[in-house]
Amino acid sequence: MWKVSISPHVKSGESVEKIMWTVVACLVPPLVLSVFIFGIQTLLITAVSVASCVAVEAATQKAMGRKITITDGSAVITGMLIAFVIPPGVSPLLPILGAVMAIAIGKHLLGGIGYNIFNPALLARAFLLATFPVAMTSAWLPPLSDLAIFSYLGTPIDAIATATPLAVLKTQGLAVFSDQFGVGANLYTNFFLGWRPGSIGETSGLLIVLGGLYLLYRGYITWHIPVSVIGTIALLSWCFGGESLFSGDPLLAVLSGGALLGAFFMANDYVTCPTTKTSQLIYGVGVGALTVLIRLKGGYPEGICYAILLMNPVSPVLDGFFKPKRFAPLQGGGK
Amino acid sequence: MSSLLTFPKGGVHPPASKGLTANLAIEVMPVPDELEIILGQHIGAPCTPTVTPKDAVLEGGLIGEVTKGLGVPLHAPVTGTIKGFGMSGHPMRVSAPSITIQTDTEALPVQYSRCDWQKLSKEELLAKVHAAGVIGIGGAGFPSHVKLSPPPDNPVDTLILNGAECEPYITADHRQMLERAQEIVEGALVILKILGIKKCFIGIENNKPDAIKTMTEAAAAASTPEHTVVVQPLQVKYPQGSEKQLIQAITGRKVPGFALPSAVGVVVHNVSTARAIYDAVVLSKPLYEKVMTISGKGIKRPANLLVKVGTKVSDIVEYLGGVTPELAKIVMGGPMMGFAVSSLDIPVTKTTSSVLFLAEDEIDTTPHSQCIRCGWCLNACPMGLEPKEIALYVEAGRPQDTGQFGVFECFECGCCAYVCPAKRPLVQFIRLAKMKAKR
Repeated sequence: MWKVSISPHVKSGESVEKIMWTVVACLVPPLVLSVFIFGIQTLLITAVSVASCVAVEAATQKAMGRKITITDGSAVITGMLIAFVIPPGVSPLLPILGAVMAIAIGKHLLGGIGYNIFNPALLARAFLLATFPVAMTSAWLPPLSDLAIFSYLGTPIDAIATATPLAVLKTQGLAVFSDQFGVGANLYTNFFLGWRPGSIGETSGLLIVLGGLYLLYRGYITWHIPVSVIGTIALLSWCFGGESLFSGDPLLAVLSGGALLGAFFMANDYVTCPTTKTSQLIYGVGVGALTVLIRLKGGYPEGICYAILLMNPVSPVLDGFFKPKRFAPLQGGGK
Repeated sequence: MSSLLTFPKGGVHPPASKGLTANLAIEVMPVPDELEIILGQHIGAPCTPTVTPKDAVLEGGLIGEVTKGLGVPLHAPVTGTIKGFGMSGHPMRVSAPSITIQTDTEALPVQYSRCDWQKLSKEELLAKVHAAGVIGIGGAGFPSHVKLSPPPDNPVDTLILNGAECEPYITADHRQMLERAQEIVEGALVILKILGIKKCFIGIENNKPDAIKTMTEAAAAASTPEHTVVVQPLQVKYPQGSEKQLIQAITGRKVPGFALPSAVGVVVHNVSTARAIYDAVVLSKPLYEKVMTISGKGIKRPANLLVKVGTKVSDIVEYLGGVTPELAKIVMGGPMMGFAVSSLDIPVTKTTSSVLFLAEDEIDTTPHSQCIRCGWCLNACPMGLEPKEIALYVEAGRPQDTGQFGVFECFECGCCAYVCPAKRPLVQFIRLAKMKAKR
């Protein structure tokens, strides 16, 4: 007996699993580098985060009587991204709580993959920042200078904590910032390679951009959201980020904080971003503008997490407004 | 060779898979002992039989007529005896009424000779096309004489012959363009005369360079100052064989929703239909046989076959040496728009372009999962529709609200479902939406 099913009978070789695991693969290089920058505990935190996301996904799906889909890779991505956006010096308990928030509440109580309104990983970060503000804003580690990747393991965080570049810039000003992180080409190189304090996976602009370019090459993402987010952050930071108008440093703004990670791996999350090109451009500009607004005028030094979360629910509205261009529509909308 | 044209929005590039049969010359399949001719071969009312059981019929003799509505007569594909009436398997309608003919194996094939069609008037030519039972044999089965009589308020200036053949696997049109180029071009001249126009484009996708060359030579030889026939090479992109996409690719004109191509001054015929029109007018031979592609890893010997209408798939399988153990799915038509069938006991109709015997590694029946809103279906849709939204509304039990996403403009090309990474059966959702929204 042979199979009978609906056309088309041939399909492209793409699948949700393939997309998700490719994204996971693109997140591995920044993770490996972070081990060299911040020490082996970043690997531990990421492993805890991924494992708890997968476990929470399986448990929630079992509890809700849904099919268990942990092999599709989406929970693994969420786990990696939660780890990527928290400080490297936090307790491993934090990502476990984050996983519950992201997967059980943010994803499955809102309908499961495809139906969640907010990016689960960022929801987890926002939740952790609200519930554990001290840990989430002080557990930053200065980059290791001599590749002693085990040096911070077991050391009390208070002994070594530092501040992120954006926090220094915001609270102490440009002079202290330059003292601490350098100036000119040296500064850009360190920031581009990732040799600066920051969240686990956000520091290396180079590896994040390379991963993003690979996703672009595979056709899994398009340029619209990354370019509009980065472009807007650069433009607005140049206009308003300095002591006077048009004296900000656009390159520094893009390389610091989580701007690149957000632009390539968070803002363009399929489920929570708009689907038409025009909507994506507007959405990206919105994310970029809110990021700069929060960075410069808000209560936090970093803004992209909240910027994306604030734009997430705007996606369906934008998609409802900017429809694809129809070939030659019927009169009266085909009713 | 002029530059390669295509339609601007959407479309996909399925693997061509034409290599199995592209180089195989059209082979005449021996006439089987028994044929089942389905009465409804085309869009519109099915035929009423004009014969009764035990009647003797001649090859090309009339066996059915349409008394009301659109339609064309039906002819006996072989000389033989009417065995009876019954129901036959049908790829789309499950079963359909048919006439069974017992072949007279002793009878010689009927010979047809050329007539001087240039002397005939437009009306006489049109009457010959109708009388020969010619319908669009590219797939949809629209009666050709109707297409050749566009409404007078829509002046037509361009004829397009569709030689795109964008569906994977199928090479029937390709082989006919190689082997019967002069006849196709002469068919085009007949159509130009019927329509009273001067210009014909033949659109062929660039993956058939030999067909482009042969047809260009034939077209150049037949072109006169009064009638120009020009081959237009096209980029390879599915669904370029769709009438609206083909017209846009070649002329840049857009056929509005629910309108006919004549609304933008164009008439489109398949190259194989042009050959059938040649047969009908020049040879006075009715349409009762069909070049089709039999392909896929599931058949012992892939082939391009000339078969009689009414030949059962089981007879074709037997002639080609049977199926292979890898066979996983049988599709009548192309892999993008064809219908999977559960039985070999289905007769070929005038619109069957291919039967594919596909192996497990040639198909994809992975169960579908939830929509991840990747938006790939929006980019793939050549009509600018929103398949993901239509599917979500159908799943939510609101098919009546899908008109806003253009569900009625969908011609079910399957590009959306082809690209969907969640393997969602978007074409099926859209069909459901159309059915339920009409109620």
